[in-house]
Amino acid sequence: MSFASHDSATKQSAGQAITAEEIGASGATAPEDVARYALWLGDDALMLAQRLGWWIARAPELEEDIALANIALDLLGHARFFLTYAGTAWGKTEDDLAYFRDEEEFRSCRLVEQENGDFGQTIARQLIFSYYQYELYRRLVDSSDATLAAIADKALKEVQYHQDHASQWILRLGLGTEESKRRVQDGLDYMWPYVDELFHDDELIDALEGIAVRPSTLRADFDRRIAEILGEAGLEVPGIPGAWGGDRSGEFSEQRGHILAEMQVLARQHPGATW
Amino acid sequence: MSENTVSTIDASAGEWPLWEVFVRSSRGLSHVHAGSLHAPDATMALRNARDLYTRRNEGTSVWVVPADAVSASDPDSKGGYFESPQGKSYRHATYYTKSEGVKHL
Repeated sequence: MSFASHDSATKQSAGQAITAEEIGASGATAPEDVARYALWLGDDALMLAQRLGWWIARAPELEEDIALANIALDLLGHARFFLTYAGTAWGKTEDDLAYFRDEEEFRSCRLVEQENGDFGQTIARQLIFSYYQYELYRRLVDSSDATLAAIADKALKEVQYHQDHASQWILRLGLGTEESKRRVQDGLDYMWPYVDELFHDDELIDALEGIAVRPSTLRADFDRRIAEILGEAGLEVPGIPGAWGGDRSGEFSEQRGHILAEMQVLARQHPGATW
Repeated sequence: MSENTVSTIDASAGEWPLWEVFVRSSRGLSHVHAGSLHAPDATMALRNARDLYTRRNEGTSVWVVPADAVSASDPDSKGGYFESPQGKSYRHATYYTKSEGVKHL
């Protein structure tokens, strides 16, 4: 590989981590239930990546633009892993699953589909989701399914950074001006009805003892850490009850269709196109 | 990352201040200037530097320095600063011939 010269400050190397292609080529075939679980995780990451991509060229500063784009790309990477692995159960590729499923076939949680709103609202969603994902992957690295464990191991390092990014912004917006505090608190209130759903134990979980992480077991650590960071930022943990429905049964938010329309249009108009 | 300082963004400042970024590509090498960026404070400058200048495994360590803390030579007086050594080859050891009979040099 030809990278930049050796004495440059920006010497580049490709790194060692696993790739989605390697998962596809490994010959590991996901059992049906594992594939359905991988779809949950992959769809969450895919939807949020698509949402965050909207900020490219729209963030408050160029530097923040790149930070959010980096996070979106990390999530897209997680989605590729999970969807590639899920697809092995049904002879489908990551692209089949991402671009040629309809809204009712996705299994993403409603939180990741919510409107970006202003920057405060996006950061509120980032805080909730990255804290949840951190607790999830921290445990999924011990999965008895070797592929899920390997994906979680790679993703965990990235999610730690997403968590840090969201925390830094929550502190600055919470402790910033009256206006920034009001807007990030509004963002938290807007997203809060979709928190409960992250910790719902679907029946699928019962079939995956030792493989999947039981969502309800993540709640206590999540609540404690969220209360801690919001307290530090001078913000309130919203007392808003969870929204009805949404147990990953196919129940979905009205925003999902809009996301998919934007995400899938090219692949559906030009099936098989490569670029 | 071990820094813990959190300062709030000064909304009255308008634009975020400029920072110079230095990246060390591997142990044993020195930090080399990689570029600059805007950030509200040092903690965020480090985060932004990580996103802007270490995306392809470039670094093992990053420094950020407020751009106004850097005093630089004037590009317009380059001649006065840097051209004076030209023609002064006697400043190099190779200019001198070895004296006769000196061993082990």
